[in-house]
Amino acid sequence: MDWRDVAARLFPGGHHVVADGDLIAGTARCGDATVAVIGSTGHAEAGVEIALAMARLVLATMREHPGRPILFLVDTSGQRLRHRDELLGLNRYMAHLAKCVEVARARGHRIVALVYDQALSGGFLASGMMADLCAALPDAEIRVMGLPAMARVTRQPEERLRALAASSPVFAPGAINYVRMGAIDALWDGDLAQRLAAALRDAPNEDTRRALGLARGGRMLAAPVAARAAVE
Amino acid sequence: MRSYYEATARERLAAIVDPGSLREILPPPTRTRSPHLQALDLPTAFDDGVITGSATLAGQPVLVAAQEGGFMGGAVGEVHGAKITGLLERAVATRVAGVILLLETGGVRLQEANAGLIAVSEIIRGICATRAAGIPVVAAIGGQYGCFGGMGIAAACCSTIVMSEEGRLGLSGPEVIETAQGVDEFDSRDRALVWRTVGGKHRYLIGDAQVLVDDRLDAFRDALAAAVRAGDRLDLAAVEREHALLARRLHDYGACKDGEDVWRAMGIEAPHEVPMLPTDVLVAAVRSRRAA
Repeated sequence: MDWRDVAARLFPGGHHVVADGDLIAGTARCGDATVAVIGSTGHAEAGVEIALAMARLVLATMREHPGRPILFLVDTSGQRLRHRDELLGLNRYMAHLAKCVEVARARGHRIVALVYDQALSGGFLASGMMADLCAALPDAEIRVMGLPAMARVTRQPEERLRALAASSPVFAPGAINYVRMGAIDALWDGDLAQRLAAALRDAPNEDTRRALGLARGGRMLAAPVAARAAVE
Repeated sequence: MRSYYEATARERLAAIVDPGSLREILPPPTRTRSPHLQALDLPTAFDDGVITGSATLAGQPVLVAAQEGGFMGGAVGEVHGAKITGLLERAVATRVAGVILLLETGGVRLQEANAGLIAVSEIIRGICATRAAGIPVVAAIGGQYGCFGGMGIAAACCSTIVMSEEGRLGLSGPEVIETAQGVDEFDSRDRALVWRTVGGKHRYLIGDAQVLVDDRLDAFRDALAAAVRAGDRLDLAAVEREHALLARRLHDYGACKDGEDVWRAMGIEAPHEVPMLPTDVLVAAVRSRRAA
């Protein structure tokens, strides 16, 4: 999916969003509000540079435009698997981005994310999964790993995983399973501009993913176990 | 005093918190097991591989979580993650002095795929929210399995990381990188290379671990107590400082090929000797250099 087509549907009145390599950045209007757009394209490998660049954009939004909503456009093939990135501490660069998003939230910035293409594994933790509300396009690919790889790692027959995946969202890749488990609020189709406006208005400030997963029947234990750990 | 590396999660907790102060939350008799492992006919644990509780640490009220590397490498599943996330929410609600996380984990429990990834995400968000509420979250890393995957991100979201030389911290483990990119990219069997890249000394020298201690339970205990006492708040000033530090790191060390190159670029005179230096000598050298 080309990010420009997505941006055109999100912002039918036009926008000032551009791509610079794998990084997407700019601003656009949604109703009466200006939105900061931060994202990646080309199934970006999430390495130290792009994590730092995205953090810089979140920081600049906080400094220069207090309260301005932020939209993450997610397309990542996961964390960059290189010796150099590990040497430099890629986990800390990712954590920095996550912390910037948290501070923005605490300072009143609404944070919405849209997975418009791929969201694989660790590349997604510090951006989309930190948002107040994360949505996905119906064809978006969201997963930890494919079933053949999971079969190898877990030493389970692939047919068995496939059968389990048919009945449980836990094992199967795909955005719809993340909806059932509460990590994706909804699949967006039709009028994306209207969807975004509603999300910017209604996104919760608290982490409601466990409650959603329970209500939707896709993740039955996270909510009650966390609640017991919180009070018992 | 015994080795942190060799101890189980329960032994670590017993040695670190004040004697008799630990009150376990969701202890094994509650049989809080993973439904997904049961579905795969895999062994389960009555605590799902993480002990949670309240305690005092040097007199300070704290909440604690300790991951057991002996159970599935400490990997995070739905229940395991929910115990930690709930504990973090309890910390904000009850205004404890701090949260102690004894991390030993490969990250997402792949047998729980999507549920594991979401659980790690909820922990990351919980740590950030707890710190934003002004409560320090302090991590210890010194076990056999290190701290990797999404939990490597979670660790770096904490206020302070206490490590031993034996600890390892990263995002993708060496085996994962070797499998994906080949042995020329990262030879996971080259132990010295692994330690120069993700080991405790490198993490301390580069600043990812703020405290480096000997592999002793009492050394970890004292460092964790001090980190809680220091307090913390995650705010704009904190992330601005972090940004300057990480931008500078990329500029200064972005072209380095090896841990030794990084240490040389830092001004360490004999970088090849770093792996041999006792912890206290290394820490003293770093302190005097930072003071100067």
